[in-house]
Amino acid sequence: MATLQVELVAVEKTIWSGEASMVIARTTEGEIGVLPGHAPLLGELAPGGVVTIRSTEGPDVVVAAHGGFLSVTPQGVSILAENAEISSDIDVERAREALRRAESAGDDPESLAAARRAQSRLRAAGQAV
Amino acid sequence: MAGSLRALRRRIRSTQSTKKIFSAQELIAGARIVRAQARVEASKPYAREITRVLSALASSASLEHPLLNERTGTGRAAVLVVTSDRGFAGSYNVNVLRRTEELLGTLRQQGKDPVLYVIGRKGETYYSFRDRPVEETFTGFSEQPAYSDAQEVGRSLIDVFAPGDDAGRSATVDEVHIVYTEFVSLLSQVPVARRLAPVDTEELQRDDEDSADGTGVGPSGVPTSYEFEPSPDALLDSLLPKYVTTRIYAALLEAAASESASRRRAMKSASDNAEELAKNLSRQANQARQAEITQEISEIVGGADALVSAGADD
Repeated sequence: MATLQVELVAVEKTIWSGEASMVIARTTEGEIGVLPGHAPLLGELAPGGVVTIRSTEGPDVVVAAHGGFLSVTPQGVSILAENAEISSDIDVERAREALRRAESAGDDPESLAAARRAQSRLRAAGQAV
Repeated sequence: MAGSLRALRRRIRSTQSTKKIFSAQELIAGARIVRAQARVEASKPYAREITRVLSALASSASLEHPLLNERTGTGRAAVLVVTSDRGFAGSYNVNVLRRTEELLGTLRQQGKDPVLYVIGRKGETYYSFRDRPVEETFTGFSEQPAYSDAQEVGRSLIDVFAPGDDAGRSATVDEVHIVYTEFVSLLSQVPVARRLAPVDTEELQRDDEDSADGTGVGPSGVPTSYEFEPSPDALLDSLLPKYVTTRIYAALLEAAASESASRRRAMKSASDNAEELAKNLSRQANQARQAEITQEISEIVGGADALVSAGADD
């Protein structure tokens, strides 16, 4: 079966890389699922979005990716994110706290971005927001 | 004589304790280099990917973006100088600042008015001591820069270069340059000046080709034609500032590695010097002690001789 070579890179390090059968992400235009053989694509990930990687070895990798891009080439898929966290590393309590703080802080762009980051972390961790 | 011996011993002690400080600094810097180099390596995949994506995009979009095009509206150029927060780093800061002066000279010759942005306390004091205007300073992260620091710096610079449509004001600078120290090897760090914005598309494509696999080109040798979500221009809009920030971040990491390497070298020669100084001083102290003993003996012998000859006279 054909697989995708997936790389998830954040600015400070490569977070995950390996083989996958499918990548599901949400771009600013809507949800997208990438299967092997997908046409080359560049997309901007929606703020507060979650990326799911169907890994061929092991369980799905769910990642909170903020401020990122998705690039699909014949060689594979790469996801670029300014901040990214794998769901198993997310501290739900802290994310909730961050969300509360950001929401009460007001409407400036800074705290809106913080709120979106917290939301994406919670969504990746499987919590309702 | 006893006084000079005491003074010498005191100097030996103080030299030895400063030497301890130097060699501790040397060890810390040595450990930091390794960590800084690891961080430079860790940041490379992202930098490579974003260069590739942008290069692919640049060949598809209309290239009308302000971050890509040269212009001469305001006659001002921003210069970002990366220096260290702490001293004890040999010629590190001096070299960066000298390179900056060169760049400022070139810019002035081209009829541009340079505006300074400074990272690091050393650069800050350099310019404030000389009463030179500095637009903005950033301090406190020169040894261990985080991406958020680069974002903060990037925001300020992009804000003056390309404020965006909703900011309701126009750009105040035409160009953004950065001066930082490139980490060539443990023994060699070179101050370099680069242009951050407008982004040089040719350099971008060259960088992309350098990254080995040439993923911008399909198997048959023709450039891959991408689908874009959203439109190429909108993508370019959000990608370019991130690219600039990534460049700043990479420069900060390089500078941090260079700073530690430079500090280690400076501290190594300082502790070597201290050791030699202590050795010379203890030689002098020994001589002084010996002279003291010799003098005492000759005084005793002289005294005894005097007594003997006095007794013989009786």
